[in-house]
Formats: sequence, C-alpha cells, structure tokens
Amino acid sequence: MPDQQPDKPNGVPDDANTELSSAFPQTPTLGAMEVEGMLEKEDLTHAPEVSTEAVGVADREVPRSLWQDAWRELRRNPIFIISGILIIFLVIVAIFPGLFDSTSPLQCDLSKSQQGPTSGHPFGFDTQGCDVYARTIYGARASITVGVFATLGTALLGTLLGGLAGFFGGWLDAVVSRIADIFFGIPILLGGLVFLSVIPSRSIWIVVAFIVVLGWPQLARIARGAVITARQQDYVTAARALGAGNSRLMLRHILPNSLAPIIVVATIALGTYISLEATLSYLGVGLKPPTVSWGIDISAAADTFRNAPHMLLFPAGALCITILAFIMLGDAVRDALDPKLR
Amino acid sequence: MGRYVIRRLLQMIPVFIGTTFIIFAMVHALGDPVAALFGDKAPDPAVAAQLRQQLGLNDPLIVQYGNYMKGIFTGDLGTTFSGQPVTELLKTAYPTTLKLTVVAFTFEVIIGIGLGVISGMRRGRLADTGVMVMTLIVISIPTFVIGYVLQYLFGVKWGLADATVPEGAPIQSLLLPGFVLASVSLAYVARLTRTTIAENSKADYVRTAVAKGLPRRRVITHHLLRNSLIPVITFLGTDLGALMGGALVTERIFNIHGVGYYLYQGILRQNTPTVVGFVTVLVIVFLLANLLVDLLYAVLDPRIRYA
Amino acid sequence: MGIHATEVTADAGRGRTADSEDAPLLQVKNLQVEFRTRDGVAKAVNGVNYSVRAGETLAILGESGSGKSVSSQAVMGILDSPPGFVTGGEIVFKGEDLLKLSSEKRRKIRGTQMAMIFQDALSSLNPVHTVGTQLGEMFRVHRGTSKSEAKKKAVELMERVGIPAAKERVNQYPHQFSGGMRQRIMIAMALALEPDLIIADEPTTALDVTVQAQVMELLADLQAEYNMGLILITHDLGVVADVADKIAVMYAGRIVETAPVHELYKRPAHPYTRGLLDSIPRLDQKGQELYAIKGLPPNLLRIPSGCAFNPRCPMAQEICRTEIPPLHAVTEADGAPIQGRGSACHFWKETIHG
Repeated sequence: MPDQQPDKPNGVPDDANTELSSAFPQTPTLGAMEVEGMLEKEDLTHAPEVSTEAVGVADREVPRSLWQDAWRELRRNPIFIISGILIIFLVIVAIFPGLFDSTSPLQCDLSKSQQGPTSGHPFGFDTQGCDVYARTIYGARASITVGVFATLGTALLGTLLGGLAGFFGGWLDAVVSRIADIFFGIPILLGGLVFLSVIPSRSIWIVVAFIVVLGWPQLARIARGAVITARQQDYVTAARALGAGNSRLMLRHILPNSLAPIIVVATIALGTYISLEATLSYLGVGLKPPTVSWGIDISAAADTFRNAPHMLLFPAGALCITILAFIMLGDAVRDALDPKLR
Repeated sequence: MGRYVIRRLLQMIPVFIGTTFIIFAMVHALGDPVAALFGDKAPDPAVAAQLRQQLGLNDPLIVQYGNYMKGIFTGDLGTTFSGQPVTELLKTAYPTTLKLTVVAFTFEVIIGIGLGVISGMRRGRLADTGVMVMTLIVISIPTFVIGYVLQYLFGVKWGLADATVPEGAPIQSLLLPGFVLASVSLAYVARLTRTTIAENSKADYVRTAVAKGLPRRRVITHHLLRNSLIPVITFLGTDLGALMGGALVTERIFNIHGVGYYLYQGILRQNTPTVVGFVTVLVIVFLLANLLVDLLYAVLDPRIRYA
Repeated sequence: MGIHATEVTADAGRGRTADSEDAPLLQVKNLQVEFRTRDGVAKAVNGVNYSVRAGETLAILGESGSGKSVSSQAVMGILDSPPGFVTGGEIVFKGEDLLKLSSEKRRKIRGTQMAMIFQDALSSLNPVHTVGTQLGEMFRVHRGTSKSEAKKKAVELMERVGIPAAKERVNQYPHQFSGGMRQRIMIAMALALEPDLIIADEPTTALDVTVQAQVMELLADLQAEYNMGLILITHDLGVVADVADKIAVMYAGRIVETAPVHELYKRPAHPYTRGLLDSIPRLDQKGQELYAIKGLPPNLLRIPSGCAFNPRCPMAQEICRTEIPPLHAVTEADGAPIQGRGSACHFWKETIHG
C-alpha cells in the first residue's frame, strides 16, 4: 500500500491519490508497509456486530482521544517497556559515555593490538590497541545522533512537503510528487556511494543531511496520503463551510488527524537509519575517524574477523541491539496507533 | 490499459532525467578527473588542457550531460581513463551481479513469501510468533554483520560453502552471498505477506467464498492468496533497488568481482566515466523494474487497469 | 403459515413437535453464540428459536449488535471462529442438525442447498476476478462443470436477474458495475444452484432507495418462482413490510417478539418493537415530535440483568431488572390465541392491549 489508506483493500488508490502513486504506485516502502501492518492484530474486536457501538457504551463514560488510548495501550505492551528501557539506557550512554567508561576510546596502545578480553578490558583490544569496550560505549553517540536527527529531519521535511502537496493538490502536488519520485529513483546505498564520496570531511551532520535528502520522499508520501484522507473527512468540509481559513484548517483539523501514520513510519525508520549509517560507514563513505562509530569499527575488524572475532562481535552486537530496540519501539507504536482498532 | 501504460511511461521521463542528472552532477563534483588521471604527478598544464578539451570537460555541465545521454541511447557509455570502453567493463561485471541478484531474489520470493503465508495462516500460533521474532531480529542486523557471521560459520568453521567467490562466480558459490543479500528483504517480505494475508482473510469477499461452499484450499489459493500477493509483488519490484545497493556490501564481503567491486574501485580512483556509467545503468535498471512492476500491478489488479 | 408452539415457549425450547408433512425447512433451536474477545466473552446470541418453511419469508429485525447477523452466520456455518463460537442449540436443516455434521459436509451444503447474500456487494465480490468467473465458480466447484459451460451458465444467471448485455458484461469486474447491478450479481450467485434456503443480510441497505425496491422485488419474485425459504435480515422496518410473512425482532441476542408481519405493525406486543415503530416518521403525524428510543444498545460484554431492554424501557418495573422474561404466547384480550405471536416482555398484555 503506497500511502496510508488503511481503509482501502490492497492499496487501491482513489482518484485523489493517483498523483502520489505516480511513477511508483503502490510502492510499499518500508514504512508504508509497516503502516499497512497497522491493520493486523485486531481479530479480537472484529466480532461482526458485537464490538463497535456495543463495546463503546461502557467506555463512553470516559471519552479518550486516540493519543490517550494509544498511551494506555503502550503501557500495557511489554515490547514497549523493554524497548523503552533499552532506549533510555542507550540515550544515557550516548550523552554521558564517561559514566560507563573511564578510559578513552582514542587512547590506544599498539602493543596490545588484537588482544582478547582481559580483566579491566572485557571486550579486548582492536588492531590499533584501542579498548573495544570504550569504543563500543562511545560509538553509541554517533549511531543515536544520526538516527534521531535523520528521523526528525525526514519527518519534518517530508511532512511539510507531503502535507502541502496533499492539502493544496494541483500543480504543487504534481511538482512535489515528481521531485519525490526523482529522489526515490536513487537506491539509497548507491546514492550514498556517489554523493558522500564527493564530500571529503564527513561529519555526523553531513551523514544526517544525506539521509534527509534521500529519505524525505518516503515520509512525504505517507504524509500526503494521510492529509488527503483527512481532507476528505466531513469535519474538514464542515470547518471549511464555517469559514475556517487554510492555515487554521491545516493546523487545527488536518495535522492532528494525519500525525499517527507519520509517527509510526518515522519511528520504524529511526532503526533503519541507524543501520544505514553503519552500512555507509562500513562502505567507507559514512563517518570518518576520529569519530567513533560502530560501522567504522566493524569495517576495520572485518579483515581480521577470523583471528580476532571479538573486535567485530562486540560493536556489531551493540549495533544490533540498538537497531532492534528502535524497531521494536516502532512496532509497539504502530500497534498502539492502529487506526483500525478504534 | 493502453492509456495507463502511456501515462506511466510519460511520468517516467522527468524522473529518469532528474535522477540521472543528479547522479551525473554529483559524480562530476567528485573532483577534477584529469588531475586524477595523472595520480600523484602534477600534469603538464598544456596536456591537461588538451585532455579537458578532448573529454568535453570545458563545456557547461548541462551540455556534458546532454552529450552523455545521447551516448547512452546509442549504447556508448564513454571510456574509462585506462582506455577501456565502460560498456566492456559492464559486460564483465554485470553478469556476476545479475547472477547474485537473481539468487537473492529467488531466496527472497520463496522463503519470504513462504514464511509469510505460514505465519499469516497460523496467526497467534507458535509458528507465527517464531516467524515474527525471527524476522524482527534479522531486520535489526545490518547485512554486513550477517554477512561476516555467516561467512565465518558456513565458509570457515563448518566448511559448508565457499567463503569467497572464485573468478567466474559459479552459481553454487553464490548461494551463501545470495542468501545474505536477501536476508533483510526476505524478512520484510515475510512480514508484509503475513499482514496482507491477515488483513484479507477478514475481507468480505473471502467470507463470500466460504459462503459459496468452496473448499478451503480453493478459498485460500484463488481468493485469499491471489489478492494478498498483489502488494507483495509491488514490494518485490521496488526492493530490487535495495538488492542492487546491498550487492555493493555483499560483493565486498565475499570478494565478488561484480558491479559493486568496479564501482567501488571507480570511486576510489575518481574514475568518473566508470562511476557515472555504472550508476546510471543501475538506476535505469531500477526504474525499468519499477515500471515493470507497475504494469504487472495493472495486470493483477483490474481496478488499476480500468481506472 | 404461522409460528410453531416450540418457538412461542422459547426458553422452554421443547414444545410439541412439528407435524411431519408440514416440517419446516430450517429450524433453529435455542441457538447460542459467543465471541471470546480480549475484553471478555460477548454473548451475541442467547437462545434463539425460529423456523422457516419452503416459500416462506422470515424477517429478522434488529439494531446492529442484536445478534441478527451472527445467528444467520452460524446457520451458514461461516462464523469467524475464533473469536466466534456456537456454544449451544441445534440448527436443523431438512431434518438434520447441521452442528453435528462434519465441516466437509457443511461445506457441501453451502452454496448448493443454502446460500447467502451480503450487504455490501462491492466488497463481497472478489475485486480481481470477473463476475463471470465468480458466478461460474459455483458450477465448476459444486458441479464439476467445464469452464466454457460454466461461463454460459453465468450468462444465463445474469440474464435471469435482469442484467442487460449479460454476454458482454460477464467478462467485466465487480467495480465496473453499479451498486444495484452488483447486488443482482450477488443474488445470481446465491441463486446459481437453486438452493432451498437463502439468507439475505441487509441486501438493500447499501443501495439507493429506488434501486432498493427493484432488488427486493427481484428477490421476492425469484423466491416465489423457486419456492425457496428466505431469511431477510434487516434493521429497516420499511423493507420488511411488503415481502416478509413473519417477523422476529431481536434485541441483545434474544428474540423479543415474533409475529406475522401485519400483526406486528398493527399492534406490537413488546415496548422495543413499539419504540421502533413509533420512531418511523409518518405523514399523518405531521407536526408532532418524533419518538426516539432513549439510551443506547447494550454492551454485549455486560448485558443488563433481567430484561436486557429494561434500562431503555418506558414500562420497566422492578421485575424487569431481575427476571429474564420468557417468550410469552400472546393472546387476544379475551384469551383467544393469536397464531404465531410471542413477546418476551413481562408486561406484554399492557403493551398490546392497553
């Protein structure tokens, strides 16, 4: 399903949606596909006539918004709890790595090159003789910074452009959709190889910017679809009939009602952006030393993997756990914001 | 159907131009290819100027792009700085990558859809939970980590497969790399298949099929799967881009001399014609695959065809 | 014609048996269905009794959540399970209890001997197959007909239900038809193998009013022609009046009133039915405020004790909150029996007579 149209079978676009589905219609991009996943899980309340109104009666005493409901749902979900605790821990590690490690990741002793774990150095040493534990701890910062800011960037840019395209339609929609298609036409790793190799000094922010530039169309499509769906709702027509202006319509009525799918896709994308940063760094076009990055360390450890697997396994383990935590969070958020449940 | 095809083709034109132009422009920002040509030695200014003239590097970028596009449609992708036609290089590199991609795609389709169907049909049961947990973990492990670990286990420790791919890349040596390349995608395919099956199994038309008294097997194959696989097929098509990108990583791990290998070399040596040629061809393949998927989609879903 | 004593003494359930030569086509006895949801067990159908004869039309009337669709899905054997389970009762079809049959035997009955028409024909037809394929599937699966023969039959069926240019349209897809035409295709599909019983679940709700009448008329004609039993599930009193022979009104999983159709309109014997009738706008009551039943349908996870309707009932007394009323046989004020009437109200006498 291309774009957040959960009420349509098989992602059949309605007329309003043909523009968006232009060159790659029905592209279940990673995020969109997961939004589609929003539709699973509801079998219990699906009893044909039993559920909706009937069950609603008892709950009517306390009217709750989608967000309150979602929060209630989340708190009951063990996956959310586990991923939440993990993420809080990882964020603390990223902000205050000194709390967990007294040595410096850049303080290396070549004489200890590739030595295995010893006391005081539980993860051993890498080829340069740097402490792998310290590097694993300090590597969290790069991964999480890239993940969080790339997500914020793609979400903001994608929501803005996609939202405006969906709201105004017409030529603006056509232009935005075509530009989105162009960036969509570049496979992201291939683009990384070409774009990033051009830039000699690659800071974290360069990598973030690159991900935003190639990543926004995915969010834009979701946002556009959600806005078009919201725009067609009766309450928007009603608000318009009552004389609400465009900005009021957008901010008060459409935006709040289109946010759920955007948040879901963005949360899941966060995990994949972390994976992407590591892969780019592994290919040598991502972050560069002296930035400490799991991707760089894994790349460096790859050649000697057979002799000194610890050098690869510890940063790789940390990387996988981080990605897993964010993807689990995305899964839990998706389940909670599932529009079909309400 | 005809109008639909034409509309799609027309929509592809600006996308094709935009995408290739961005790549062309970026690669040219890589640096001065003439300087790169001479390596560390400082080039004789007169020779350099002559070379620039010869290669058309003094023209505005847009003109260079125009000339390049003209070349593409006549099958000329330029020559590398070592004097070899880029098409020649492509001919040696592409079959290997193509083989790898086909192997990976086969894994993705068979295992991905297979797991998804099992999971979707047995929702809430052990098999379903198992598939969901497994795919979640696979998605969380970047391809290159899976690659090194499997290479070590299968190739080195247990000796069940080639740890590196020999020259000529026979199919059996590509099984392990192909699986690695497919791993993340097949996890997504499994999850998507499960979702659409779960969703469609509640659809009214499936209930109708049951009410018609059709045997369960027929309900599943003719109605449930037939409809559920449409979005999966679209995903498979667009996922080709991810496979081609992922091939860069896999080729490096298993030392496969395919497109990724030459592309990587080209970037290291700032060999502009190689990079532009290879990337452009990959992007064209990607765009064509997407177009093909669009058309396939229209064949499979009459609501699109007659829209 | 007329309802059996077995139904009138509903909760007792086992009254006199039917005369064999007059045996109903379908007899539902004390049917119970529940949905096991995450939030608890929802009792969707709580001991329902009804019967249908060949050529007869039974209308089951009720709001959504009353159990009217669920009970008919249980009869068809297409209940979503889980979460839905039949937990008790019998469904006797042509003398055989369907609940005791193997799933394979039940499958073979579906489509051939009983068929169902759904509300939303667009979503109920498979969007990716032509209507010809979907109609022909009935013949191919149940009769082993060849592909070309099945298509010929499909065209005949489409002509039978009044679809113009059937020969050309047989190769079209559901979304290419209008709503009324799609519903005709649904009817044709149900009719294909000339079943003895058709269950129509809100067959006209999704249609325009003018088309509604045509579709209902078609259904009634075909029923008469093939002498089928018809169960018409609806929430619309207007649809029922012209076509049904008798009506069963459902509320919260129970039948609260049964009556021959005109009797029910003339003098309802249950406050809920009366409320429904009073909430229909009428020309002769212009200017008066329209009646509305207060409150909301009950939550099936927490059905009120006693009579489920008591929180909304204008006549409710203490007994209504404590005792579930059985389906009383309704009589005239002088005690003379009325054929086929029953009311599950403690105060049915007050309701009907006064």
